[in-house]
Amino acid sequence: MKTICLYFQIHQPLRLKKYRFFNMGVDTNYTDDHLNRTTVRQVTEKCYLPMNELLLSLIKRHAGALRVSFSLSGTAIEQMRQYAPEALDSFRRLAETGAVEFVAETYSHSLSSITSPEEFKKEVELHTALTEELFGQKPTTFRNTEMIYSDAIGEAVSQMGFTAMITEGAKHILGWKSSNYLYANAINPRLKLLLRNARLSDDLRYRFSDRTWNEWPLTADKYLSWIMSDNNQGDVINLFLDYETFGYHQNADTGIFDFFSHLIDKAINEGIEFITPKAVAERFQPVSVLHIPYAISWTDEERDLTAWFGNELQNEAISKLYAQRDKVYAANNDEFFHVWRILQNSNHFYYMSTKWFSDNSVANVNPYGSPYEAFINYMNVLSDFIRRLEA
Amino acid sequence: MRVLMFGWEFPPHIAGGLGTACYGLTRGLARAGAEVIFVVPKAYGDEDQRFVRVLNASEVEAEYGNAVMGDIWERVKFIHIDSNIVPYASEEEFASEGEKAKKGGSFRDGDIWRERFNFSGKYGTNLMEEVSRFAVVGAEVARMLEGQFDVIHAHDWLTYYAGIAAKRISGKPLVVHIHATEYDRSGENVNTTVYNIEKAGMSAADRVIAVSHLTENIVVNKYGIDPRKVCAVHNAVRFASNEADQAERAIPDKIITFLGRITFQKGPEYFVEAAAKVLKREPKARFVMAGSGDMLNGIIRRVAKLGISDRFHFTGFLRGEEVQRMFALSDVYVMPSVSEPFGISPLEAMKSNVPVIISKQSGVAEVLKYAIKVDYWDVDALADAIYGLIKYPALSDMFITKGQEEVTAMKWNNAALKVIDVYKDAINNPL
Repeated sequence: MKTICLYFQIHQPLRLKKYRFFNMGVDTNYTDDHLNRTTVRQVTEKCYLPMNELLLSLIKRHAGALRVSFSLSGTAIEQMRQYAPEALDSFRRLAETGAVEFVAETYSHSLSSITSPEEFKKEVELHTALTEELFGQKPTTFRNTEMIYSDAIGEAVSQMGFTAMITEGAKHILGWKSSNYLYANAINPRLKLLLRNARLSDDLRYRFSDRTWNEWPLTADKYLSWIMSDNNQGDVINLFLDYETFGYHQNADTGIFDFFSHLIDKAINEGIEFITPKAVAERFQPVSVLHIPYAISWTDEERDLTAWFGNELQNEAISKLYAQRDKVYAANNDEFFHVWRILQNSNHFYYMSTKWFSDNSVANVNPYGSPYEAFINYMNVLSDFIRRLEA
Repeated sequence: MRVLMFGWEFPPHIAGGLGTACYGLTRGLARAGAEVIFVVPKAYGDEDQRFVRVLNASEVEAEYGNAVMGDIWERVKFIHIDSNIVPYASEEEFASEGEKAKKGGSFRDGDIWRERFNFSGKYGTNLMEEVSRFAVVGAEVARMLEGQFDVIHAHDWLTYYAGIAAKRISGKPLVVHIHATEYDRSGENVNTTVYNIEKAGMSAADRVIAVSHLTENIVVNKYGIDPRKVCAVHNAVRFASNEADQAERAIPDKIITFLGRITFQKGPEYFVEAAAKVLKREPKARFVMAGSGDMLNGIIRRVAKLGISDRFHFTGFLRGEEVQRMFALSDVYVMPSVSEPFGISPLEAMKSNVPVIISKQSGVAEVLKYAIKVDYWDVDALADAIYGLIKYPALSDMFITKGQEEVTAMKWNNAALKVIDVYKDAINNPL
């Protein structure tokens, strides 16, 4: 008997507008409202609405046998409220089926777990409260920004009361071990770890419509045969993806919706069980603890932090941003908190990456011509924000 | 005094400071009673012709293949191979050439032909071809205007071959004017083609005018030109209005500005190092680097590495009005050029009531009293000067007031009088 755990991440950064030196001191609107609105509308129409609709009908058809889990970042929710309330309504309808678990994360999809324990805690509290308010569930599972995880982060997360955490099944930490089992945090083993099956997940995320891939075209039957094969023994197969994979990164005309619908139908007919992360953590026994002293992530071939902390531009921007923490807390002003959270979006720092090979390019469309432009623009905004904090 | 002048650009269609300087000089010459015919590769018809007659080289039908031009043609011919022989011959011209060919069995004297060439007048990929064709036009113009000029004056290497050609045809003395040398543009890694043209022009000239003593030294030492025929005439500056722009200052902090191409010649890295030093003592200062260039990315990394990027801003390339706005927002203007033949931008800053710090390796340093001068490499001295100007209002006030007077007194009329003396000397005292 096979078990599958489906988890989808939903995140939209608040993209900054072209903010020049001449804007400093004059202009305090930092976001590109047009671009943000256009993007959120597009994703809503191409992905959120049709895919939610599909999930709703599948859940109904299989009378609750299909279970899925989501996390929606705070900045994604904010933008849906503003630009696509119908998307939020449709997520609420999913929540009402009782077949969906909502997972907690940092409010602004930030790197605070690495840079500031206090801010990390605040961000998680904010996001948990928002999720509870919107979907009527208090999350017990946590997923950090871009699957970033280390022993220390896991410990902090367990102290916040979470019982399970989702992270990457990175080859360099697994070695001979398989991602298809439950593991536990090395410092506090009560925190269970669900590891992403990177191969099977990325078959959908990146390779589904890649015609140079020798497995193209991917059918539901073929995919199911991989899941059933001896290569994927274990307790649970964790398929963790960006939700935008469905209909946005992989267009509707690649057949991704039909594929997904068939996959679920066939899998359930063959007796495969779908369960949520919370249920995984409750049902299975961890096979061992995982020692991860150095942080991992699901980004790039290295699966580490170098996409955000790789060069001097990124280090400078991040350290200058988090150096403002005490001033922001002291100011205790809603507008300042809002800007502070916008500026923490990890995407801003990803745009400054100078790494040559990054497989995440599909998911992170860079609006800047070069990392240097991204840095200049970000620093102009941050400098103006610092100026206001100090005024 | 009647002058046949060759230039590459003329306002309003300009790419850099060369056209502006040419315009200022010709105005001054006109005021001093000289008549100037200014030949430019491409005229647009909207040039200010009150002080000068602008002659469009693109409308001159010139004779190619002439023996007088042989050696120049030889030197640049290789560049010419791929280009069309008769790109813009009119139907009539084509017919008449055809007639001649029928009658004589061939074109005149072997390889001579006449054509009109439509110059771009820009600094594009076929620059070398345009330079050599401009020389042919130069010869034609000298023939056309025989007896109508006393001296030939050529600005920068692009026009030297034209000047040489005109001199050969007319026998009139040639004055070449050096606004920049290849050593300023490229350091020691000079483009030898350009260097050779520069050297040929200076050698063939009767007099060489450099925009500063700094440039005069380069002409003598690096090009081996006879010092007796070289002299310096400093540039001046013209301002459209006497009103300095008043931009709304939204930031109370002191702003220190670098404005120019971010290239080796302009010394941007010294500005960055000085900024880091100043910020240690005065964390409220802000630095702005305006411009673009091949060193920009490296400079950005350095600024990030120094951890000052919340106080060091980049604006990218600025256009006309934005430049004025930048000056109006600035408290100190810094030009740390490694090698600057003259450098007009500090004068514009002073006109906008901004005190300036300039490198001793700039031509403008020879004429300015109310500017702080430092060696471009002396980052400590530069930091010191910046700190002084932003911290001690008495100092900056003095530089603002006196600088305004000083820059207002720099007139092209005076420069033009010196240039006329050079003309007279070239005519009366051949070396």
